[in-house]
Amino acid sequence: MFLAEVQVGFKEGVADPEGANTQKALHLLGFDEVEAVRSAKTFQLEVDADDADGARQRVEEMCTQLLANPVVNTYDIEVTER
Amino acid sequence: MTRVAVLRMEGTNNEQDMHRAFAEAGGDPAYVHIKQLTDRVPETQQVDLLDYDVLALPGGFSAGDYVRAGAIFAARLEAQAGEALQAFHEDERPIVGVCNGFQVLVELGLLPGDDGDEAAEPEAALTMNASDHYECRPSLLEASETNCPFLEPYEGEDAVVFPSAHAEGRLELPRVEDLDELADRGQVAFRYTGPEGSSEYPWNPNGSPGDVAALTDPTGTVLGIMPHPDRAVHAWQHPDWTRGRDPEARGDGLALFEAIVDHAGGA
Repeated sequence: MFLAEVQVGFKEGVADPEGANTQKALHLLGFDEVEAVRSAKTFQLEVDADDADGARQRVEEMCTQLLANPVVNTYDIEVTER
Repeated sequence: MTRVAVLRMEGTNNEQDMHRAFAEAGGDPAYVHIKQLTDRVPETQQVDLLDYDVLALPGGFSAGDYVRAGAIFAARLEAQAGEALQAFHEDERPIVGVCNGFQVLVELGLLPGDDGDEAAEPEAALTMNASDHYECRPSLLEASETNCPFLEPYEGEDAVVFPSAHAEGRLELPRVEDLDELADRGQVAFRYTGPEGSSEYPWNPNGSPGDVAALTDPTGTVLGIMPHPDRAVHAWQHPDWTRGRDPEARGDGLALFEAIVDHAGGA
């Protein structure tokens, strides 16, 4: 069994109102050192596969078919054996 | 009579508005649950999409807007009724999506639908409003020069009012120049405008570039619209119905449904 952690974020140049709004709120709370906030969503998938490469390949397909929209999203996949 | 499948699933919540709009427009609407397009319901409840003339995807929060608005509805349609949907589209039968329905059509890759590749990846995104929150307000809309036959009643006419009610309505395209290309091909159907002609927020409620409120595909038979014509079928649904409108008169959205019904009936 493998654990695939998928982080789906926004591509550079795509507006991220949630990130911008969060940064604004952090500044209001006095965290002036925050220079940028990017929002992202994480999915943790338990995947049955023969090896890590096989698991990663399938998760890539899941990203292109559902978890991410390639027009606006980037995704990072981390696979670990459990 | 034009048969309209109003498709619903867990989390859609505008199917009644859509159903009534098509009924008022002279169509013959029926509720169809997405499961009825599969063999996972008893045979007596199974539905063949191709028995219908129009497919309507209503607004709401299908599947709780999980992953992205419309993504799960699109994935289920693709997986469970992809072939029927493709045949329906190839036959150029009208497919209309309002609000969440528009998001589903974008996630399906049917809108803008430029690359001729039906099912694969989305070619656009409807993503978080620039204001970072849900926008619920009347929108003024102007019909663009479009290849969509359903907009004929609106072309060259005054702006109309349809209510907006969405959080993810800001259009993102892969390249900036894609928007001009879509407009040149007549695929921009409606644009947001304002009472003085300025579309600044809140008249453009979501920050969509070019004030795009609705798109159509290259054939003109797939229409996705963010504001709700289905909530503007009667004059009494308009916010100014006590101020000069005859409440019993037609609402601004009715002509759109009539045009879809007529087009499908005559096809």
